[in-house]
Amino acid sequence: MSETIIAASNENRPVVFTQDEIGWTPWLEPLGLDELTERHWAGLVDASRAKSPYFMLLARDPEILEARTKTDKDIFYNPAAGLPRAERELSAAATSRDNGCIFCASVHARFATTHSKRREDVQRLLDEGVSVDIDARWNAIIAASVALTATPSCFGAAEVGSLRKVGLDDLAISDAIHGAAFFNWANRLMLSLGEPTPAAKS
Amino acid sequence: MSDSEGDVIDLLVGVEKGSYLDAIRAHRPEARENAQKSYLALFAPKFPGEMTREERYALAVFVAGLHRDVATLGFYRAGLAKLNGRLGLFDAVDREIARGAAKGPYGHYPEGPLSREDRAGPVHRVSEADHEVLGERLSAALEHAHLLVFRPRDASPAALQALLDAGWSTSGIVTLSQLVAFLSFQIRVVVGLRALAATPSGNV
Repeated sequence: MSETIIAASNENRPVVFTQDEIGWTPWLEPLGLDELTERHWAGLVDASRAKSPYFMLLARDPEILEARTKTDKDIFYNPAAGLPRAERELSAAATSRDNGCIFCASVHARFATTHSKRREDVQRLLDEGVSVDIDARWNAIIAASVALTATPSCFGAAEVGSLRKVGLDDLAISDAIHGAAFFNWANRLMLSLGEPTPAAKS
Repeated sequence: MSDSEGDVIDLLVGVEKGSYLDAIRAHRPEARENAQKSYLALFAPKFPGEMTREERYALAVFVAGLHRDVATLGFYRAGLAKLNGRLGLFDAVDREIARGAAKGPYGHYPEGPLSREDRAGPVHRVSEADHEVLGERLSAALEHAHLLVFRPRDASPAALQALLDAGWSTSGIVTLSQLVAFLSFQIRVVVGLRALAATPSGNV
């Protein structure tokens, strides 16, 4: 067992929010492939996640990793009704922008772009921050995500009202709540267990 | 604690079977079930590892207290009370909640263009008196939890080294980080759904 931190020797660490495919490197030792038991494979959910140092680090507590991953997938990937995927990703990107998670923001800004085809608008959220003025609907989703992200949270009737006003039904509002709430989980792990690395040169 | 105690988010929001909000939650059955499984994995673990039940609940009380959500705080306080823990533990955690009050998120970015968005704020250190009650491990855990709750972008390898120095293992740090991060999710789902339930529109 390694009980030391991994010293960061990360030159050119990303220092701005970006939609580029940046990487991430852990500050604590992930499990090795040879250490994985059935319990760990169950925790990883998808065997392909054994390639990720982030998931291999979290696999040290496989039961919470498995439940975390299944929660994540249903919030973002369940296609039945509710908030369109692009806007679930927007809630994740806005939350990550507000907490300051450059890595999470890059991934979910890219997903928001893919599903909305609005790369420029997504980039403005990254460049200008969460007070950006995009359009009424996106502004309301961003503002609600930010209100929920505050500690103590200040999400209330005003946010519910403004989301309804721009056309979200209550299932869509519940999706926005879950998207922002989940990234308050993800951002804290990603920010505190390692750091972003530069995009591979293409 | 077991599955029989029921869904914690439903309990804290006040979701009744067959209600409007019950129907909304039923649209995301896996998220609902696994939010509960996450809670069980952290507070009734099948493989407890090094983190004791007392450490788990004391940390949860601290985190819920920092979020100032009365229902959630009451829930984890009740869990801690059932453990008949160390004398003075409750009072020490309560004092640290009061001492740790802040408004997040704040903190610093890596030096560069984002430095203009740096926001200073309190760095929590457990008082000497409470440190004596809480011990090395729990004191270090509370200080780290305060960082995660309010200023996650200030996280650093040095903060993890402080946990290792206080007796946490690498795997223990993963569990403790998951616990604080999960509560940051659970409490926000509770706050969000409660607000939604307080103003139902009647059309899903």
